[in-house]
Amino acid sequence: MTGRPFRPVRRRKQSSERVVGVPAPLWLPASCALGLIVLPVLGLFARVDPAGLPALLTSPAALSALELSLRTAVTATLLSVLLGAPLAVVLARARFPGTRLVRGAVLLPLVLPPVVGGLALLYLLGRTGPVGSLLDERFGLTIPYTTTAVVLAQTFVAMPFLVMGLEGALRAAGTEYERIAATLGAGPWLTFRRVTLPMLLPALGSSLVLTFARALGEFGATITFAGSLRGTTRTLPLAVYTEAQADVDAAVAMSLLLVGVALLVILVARPGGVQGRG
Amino acid sequence: MAEDRNPAPEGEGRVTWNGEPRPGDDAPDGLSAELRVPRSTFTLDVDLRVPAGEVLAVLGPNGAGKSTLLSALTGSVLPERGRVRLRERTWLDTDRGIDLPTHRRSVGLLAQRAMLFPHLSALDNVAFGPRAAGTRKRRARRTARDWLERLGLGELAGRAPARLSGGQAQRVALARALAADPDVLLLDEPLSALDVDAAPAMRGLLHRALGAQRGPCVLVTHDVLDAVVLADRVLVLDEGGVVERGRTGDVLARPRTAFTARVAGLNLVAGRATERGVELAGGRLRGHVVERVDPGAPAAATFSPTAVAVHRARPEGSPRNVLAVRLVGIEPRGDAIRLRGEHGPPGSGVALAADVTPSAVAELGLGTGEEVFFVVKATEVAVHPVSDG
Repeated sequence: MTGRPFRPVRRRKQSSERVVGVPAPLWLPASCALGLIVLPVLGLFARVDPAGLPALLTSPAALSALELSLRTAVTATLLSVLLGAPLAVVLARARFPGTRLVRGAVLLPLVLPPVVGGLALLYLLGRTGPVGSLLDERFGLTIPYTTTAVVLAQTFVAMPFLVMGLEGALRAAGTEYERIAATLGAGPWLTFRRVTLPMLLPALGSSLVLTFARALGEFGATITFAGSLRGTTRTLPLAVYTEAQADVDAAVAMSLLLVGVALLVILVARPGGVQGRG
Repeated sequence: MAEDRNPAPEGEGRVTWNGEPRPGDDAPDGLSAELRVPRSTFTLDVDLRVPAGEVLAVLGPNGAGKSTLLSALTGSVLPERGRVRLRERTWLDTDRGIDLPTHRRSVGLLAQRAMLFPHLSALDNVAFGPRAAGTRKRRARRTARDWLERLGLGELAGRAPARLSGGQAQRVALARALAADPDVLLLDEPLSALDVDAAPAMRGLLHRALGAQRGPCVLVTHDVLDAVVLADRVLVLDEGGVVERGRTGDVLARPRTAFTARVAGLNLVAGRATERGVELAGGRLRGHVVERVDPGAPAAATFSPTAVAVHRARPEGSPRNVLAVRLVGIEPRGDAIRLRGEHGPPGSGVALAADVTPSAVAELGLGTGEEVFFVVKATEVAVHPVSDG
């Protein structure tokens, strides 16, 4: 024991709360993960030729693809809400045999490669498919390789995000408020409109953003089911893919458009509430 | 099935909404229920009658079936077998396949937590019931404002629930339940989530509000004070069954189960009657016999915690009752300290309480887990008969 004086640990200047420590071995892989996410996007920016960019961004091909993308993604999102929100309520509230099976089915588009989804849609709704042939004979409707097909492909892939987001929120909210509403004399439909739905709005917002983002980025199902026809089915991701084989600068410019929309989505909506926290 | 002893003439020939002509009823203005609901740890098996204008307090330890009872009354739990009637309306009759959904039962519920709809103002929360009944928005809001003012909450009308204190929210929730004009009012531990400052005011408000209620009311509580202040009658549940019932004063003055005695603030020791006391597994308690009990019959001795003296060592040669007790809790109770102890085998012994002064606790140096002796004079011990079973 030497005479080294015992000194208290030096306090920080401000009395801030001590953060729970992160174990040292985690920092390296965490940094790599972040790099893997951020660096490619930065690389994209590095590839940009600033002089030619405005012209590329406003080229007819880019603008038509952007317009088509926004139009189809918005439609797909609306369709997802109209069909997916009721499905979420059913999954969260109804009890029937096979609920688990149905919930599993809803997850299918999330785990299935989109190309396979597109192929499945093609064989169902294609001219020779069981439903497609019916539509063709009865109503003269052909769906594959049309803008409608784009919307259906996007809905197929994106709707699960909405269903899962809303279902999670409904479960988190529980049924207590609905029970209270019933004791106040409100029937199921009134309770749904005046209690369930308004309380679901925050979660609906964040789920909508995710759904829209997923629809906007859809590629695999679209290209198999709708093809890549300029003006009718060539959305922005498809245009990027097409251009990447011929004119890389144009592809990069269109990619920037998508990055911009994605950043906007993150900034505006912060899809952190997807798990129902709203 | 209760027989129709006194057919009510006004019920004759009348047809209720479900097309059922009602002959009589054993609680013509009130609520009557017979319910059997199996749960995982117990089976609720209860029958009860609450006349109009009366408040029935349902007391019982946790897991006794109190919440299940309320759930069966509101309709959120379907009993295996049961019948619930309000005046001439049948809410539930499993034999005849009648089971009204909650929203058609006209049953108001005030739960532990206020559960105000977070997206509606206090006023619109209260207006929810009238609106659901089909009243136009402006009139519903006027009704709601009336109720808020009647309960002294007028200035909170425009507030969002998030900006109300716990006590305020619970009062608004009461206004909301009353504004729906329910035929039956159910209160599920309405004070238990409030802090100690807010509870007395809410209890007073409930006292006034329930006094003005015309319909029957069922109050579930674990606090005997709620029952004393608010209820005309008491029903004590344990493990799903009714163990005691009667007028509040009677039940609490002469508790027959350990639970009722504990909540009533009395010690209760059950055993077999002797000529001058109660024979226990590990000894005997001498006391004065309040009601005649045959020797050998089940009996209970009750005594107040304030009548207990606490000793470190067994007092020798004392004519008093001496009970060896293991302390399991020490808690303040007003000016006194309540010592909670257990007499007999750990976990299954008799719960006993003694109120002593803080200085006595300090002098004796008492701590939980210690063995002490509760000493009580025979004159302080009352012996009651207890029904079998």
